[in-house]
Amino acid sequence: MSELTKGEFMASYRDMVKIRRVEETLMDVFSAGEIPGFIHVCIGQEATPVAVCKNLKESDCIATTHRGHGHALAKGIDLKLFMAELFGKKNGPCLGRSGSMHLAYKALGIMGANGIVGGGIPIATGAAFASKYKKNTDVIVCFFGEGSAGEGTFHESLNMASLWKLPIVYVCENNGWAEFTSQSVHMPIKDVADRAASYNMPGVVVPNDFLEIYAAAGDAVERARRGEGPTLLEVKSRRWHGHFVGDAQKYRAADDIEGARAQDCIARFENYLFSNNLLRPDEAAALDREIRDSVSQAIEFARNSPFPDPSELTEGLYA
Amino acid sequence: MKEIRYLWAINEAIREEMERDGNVLLIGEDVGGPGGSFGASRGLAERFGPERVVDTPISEAGIMGLAAGAAVCGLRPILEIMFMDFMTVCMDGIVNQAAKLRYMFGNQYTVPLVIRTPAGGGLNAGPQHSQCLEAWFAHVPGLKVVMPATPYDVKGLLKSAIRDDNPVIVVENKALHAMKGNIPEEEYLVPIGKADIKRSGSDVTVVATSRMVHESAKAADRLEKEGISVELLDLRSISPWDRDTVFTSVAKTHRLVIAHEAVKSFGTGAEVAATVSEEMIHELDAPILRVGAPFVPVPFSLEKAYLPNSEDVYKAVKKVLERIL
Repeated sequence: MSELTKGEFMASYRDMVKIRRVEETLMDVFSAGEIPGFIHVCIGQEATPVAVCKNLKESDCIATTHRGHGHALAKGIDLKLFMAELFGKKNGPCLGRSGSMHLAYKALGIMGANGIVGGGIPIATGAAFASKYKKNTDVIVCFFGEGSAGEGTFHESLNMASLWKLPIVYVCENNGWAEFTSQSVHMPIKDVADRAASYNMPGVVVPNDFLEIYAAAGDAVERARRGEGPTLLEVKSRRWHGHFVGDAQKYRAADDIEGARAQDCIARFENYLFSNNLLRPDEAAALDREIRDSVSQAIEFARNSPFPDPSELTEGLYA
Repeated sequence: MKEIRYLWAINEAIREEMERDGNVLLIGEDVGGPGGSFGASRGLAERFGPERVVDTPISEAGIMGLAAGAAVCGLRPILEIMFMDFMTVCMDGIVNQAAKLRYMFGNQYTVPLVIRTPAGGGLNAGPQHSQCLEAWFAHVPGLKVVMPATPYDVKGLLKSAIRDDNPVIVVENKALHAMKGNIPEEEYLVPIGKADIKRSGSDVTVVATSRMVHESAKAADRLEKEGISVELLDLRSISPWDRDTVFTSVAKTHRLVIAHEAVKSFGTGAEVAATVSEEMIHELDAPILRVGAPFVPVPFSLEKAYLPNSEDVYKAVKKVLERIL
């Protein structure tokens, strides 16, 4: 893991705040009916995508999930392009066909969010297989939740990745809720990372803390890049909101939500930066204003962008 | 020309394409050291090494997704699924992932993936090792499905599939693995989506796939002795299928029988029949008849009674000639 410069600390903080502001704004525009379908926000979990992606280079790839806005933003997707896709507009990177749940951007190695829980795990493993086959040094990060660890593809993929020493890091964001079901209902263990032992790969558990995630992900990425194989990295992250926007969360006790909010990864990181003179409150406030402006501009850009034409419906089905 | 068995034609196609393009590789259960459970990849591991002929765990869902992920990252994997019945274990990787990644992601990615899988009965392998499920996959936009019936076609279609930038399912027929046929010494391809006119005729068109092409040929020989002239088309590709060749033939004979080994209900025959009805019902002199398997699993002991054969095609042709629309 490399030491972060002051600039990198600032950039990381800015990315985390950006993800939160984007998600808050999306909740509003979605609830106002501007975006159809479903969206799943990652408020409370912003540390993981930023801390992990700060260890990646542009040609490294990520595979993400239905709760994938943060991953795409942390990998560096332009906010206007991102928003255009979420609004289903023609100038989104997926031509408005993916929306929130299947967002991909090949130019930055964002191999796609996946609407199937666990569906992205073998695909990411295949990308790692290709990286090794082609003898390049690209690392793949596969994000998923603890719910995915119940899928057969989790087992099958981790087994193969370890067997063949593939350059991949499996990042399990364990927010305690598999859709509407708490972990204790569907899993007899507390740490998904325990399962790493059965695949003969390192299993690491870290709290919802930027610095700890950054360090652990750095070790895992370097290990993968050295050709030593995969790591299963579990982050105990917390989901502040429902499974999807509009979920009333009647299945969830109020203190569980309060507990999640109390472990705010952004506030924690902010305190660290303030107390180590890496960021001043006035700088933070200025950053926030800047971010809010750029989010508003992206929303306006998406609103004013054209929808795809019905005549394009069947275009590009086959190469 | 040279004589070759169907199974060895598969091996030649893979070998030639792996020699031609270093990004082509074979992945599957038992494909390496053991040479494939039917022997289709014998000698390939020795020639290309374990990096390019990859033995996998018994993890159909995992290897399907892995192959799709490798394909979008620039490799051209040939994935062997040992029996077509096992495709049910990896439906997400095929249907939700491989078939959709290109379109769903706005054409940013291509998925040059080949899935080879032996289908069909005739080996008394029972209900879970004998099915013909091609219609399932033909129903999914984004996939291509081919069903070669001869050594010539399996080699040429497999090579075309490997060079195609889309996911292509190559449905082999296990009962045809030992079949011998002639192929050119030099390289050739068979285009995906093109039917083959096996024999010209004037009284009735029989559209057949895979093993039923040979059963239909037997029926046509018998019918010829009775003065009935059959035009036999081997569809070869199920998706896309060659509408033009079928339409041209039906416009000539005005009668149509479709024969496949898969269960008759909701099958390829239903699609061909419906399309011909939609497009050219005025050309038909009789109702379209289908020959297919009964609506039951493939039984172990009663397999012979289950499998459609030349007698079924013969009867269908006789019936279609008697009935008038």
